[in-house]
Amino acid sequence: MKILVVDDFSTMRRIVKNLLRDLGFTNTQEADDGLTALPMLQNGDFDFLVTDWNMPGMTGLDLLKKVRADDRLKTLPVLMVTAEAKRDQIVAAAQAGVNGYVVKPFTAAVLKEKIDKIFERVEG
Amino acid sequence: MAGINKDRESDIVSVGAEIRDLAQSMLREVERGEYGKAVALVNDLNQVRDRTLYQEIGHLTRALHESIKNLNVDTVGAASEIDSTTDKLEYVLEMTDKSANRTMDLADAGMPLASDIHDRALHLSSQWQRFLNKELKPDEFRALSKDINLFLADSAEQSETLKGQLSDIVLAQDFQDLTGQVIHKVAALVRDVEGRLVQLVAMAGKVDSLTGITHAYPEVEPEKPDDGANIAAEGPQIDKSSNDVVASQDDVDDLLSSLGF
Repeated sequence: MKILVVDDFSTMRRIVKNLLRDLGFTNTQEADDGLTALPMLQNGDFDFLVTDWNMPGMTGLDLLKKVRADDRLKTLPVLMVTAEAKRDQIVAAAQAGVNGYVVKPFTAAVLKEKIDKIFERVEG
Repeated sequence: MAGINKDRESDIVSVGAEIRDLAQSMLREVERGEYGKAVALVNDLNQVRDRTLYQEIGHLTRALHESIKNLNVDTVGAASEIDSTTDKLEYVLEMTDKSANRTMDLADAGMPLASDIHDRALHLSSQWQRFLNKELKPDEFRALSKDINLFLADSAEQSETLKGQLSDIVLAQDFQDLTGQVIHKVAALVRDVEGRLVQLVAMAGKVDSLTGITHAYPEVEPEKPDDGANIAAEGPQIDKSSNDVVASQDDVDDLLSSLGF
């Protein structure tokens, strides 16, 4: 399972990576915004994308839309981990095709639950 | 500032009295049929208006100068207060980043030690149970007693290290005090600047009303209803009680499940 973690703050990338490692996912890579993440996704065989929303360059929502518009990437499971907490925003992310949405600050248990749920659905 | 406002208010009252006096004598002259004198009085009225205007411009210039001085933006760029405020916020960013990384380094270093103690304790406990059940062979018992000896020495050392790491994690939170002070200062500056800007606007408004100047304001376009296509990132919501903001992960889950997730 190869996972890409996208966040503009290195500390948040580190937290997410550590939590993923505790859940048994050790093959993770990092990108600091959508612009750097998209070519990595297109050229690498990632199985899962965890992205923040509010980032310079390309936001997580735009990255999600690009992923869904790309023939090879459109089925990639995407989990958004973000401080954006307005109902309109969550609805917009859902409409853009997000697979899970976690609001910051979050706990390890919440992250695990959402990841488990996404893979249950993907595999089931 | 308050002194200037007071002076101006008494000026306005005396100007009002002067205009009233002139208007009344003009009316008297008109009723008496002395049109020449009445027209001369119109001239006097004009002079009052001009004088008031000059005075107000004087006041405004002085007040404006005062306000700009108080805003501390007269040296925009290096060494101004706004500039040092930006530096202060950079400092907050730096401090929180350093502290977060230090905390994570310590936790990363401590976790394998805790795992090691945990795993070995489980193993020894199961061996000890076998010993109590008299299932151990003599050479297994010798190995067990050696393991126990080693484990006791190691766990004493590892727990000491862990204790040190936990206390360093506590110390790494000292940024809260320092950044808190900086943020309080920045918030006070922002409030102060806002207050002074409001005073400035009020001052300009008074000059307008006294001299009868009207402005052609551009029409404000009504906000377009959001169609969701250009929804933007806003960062953390401070007011969680607002209706269009979710208060918790449970709210997010409820909203998503209502959308068929």
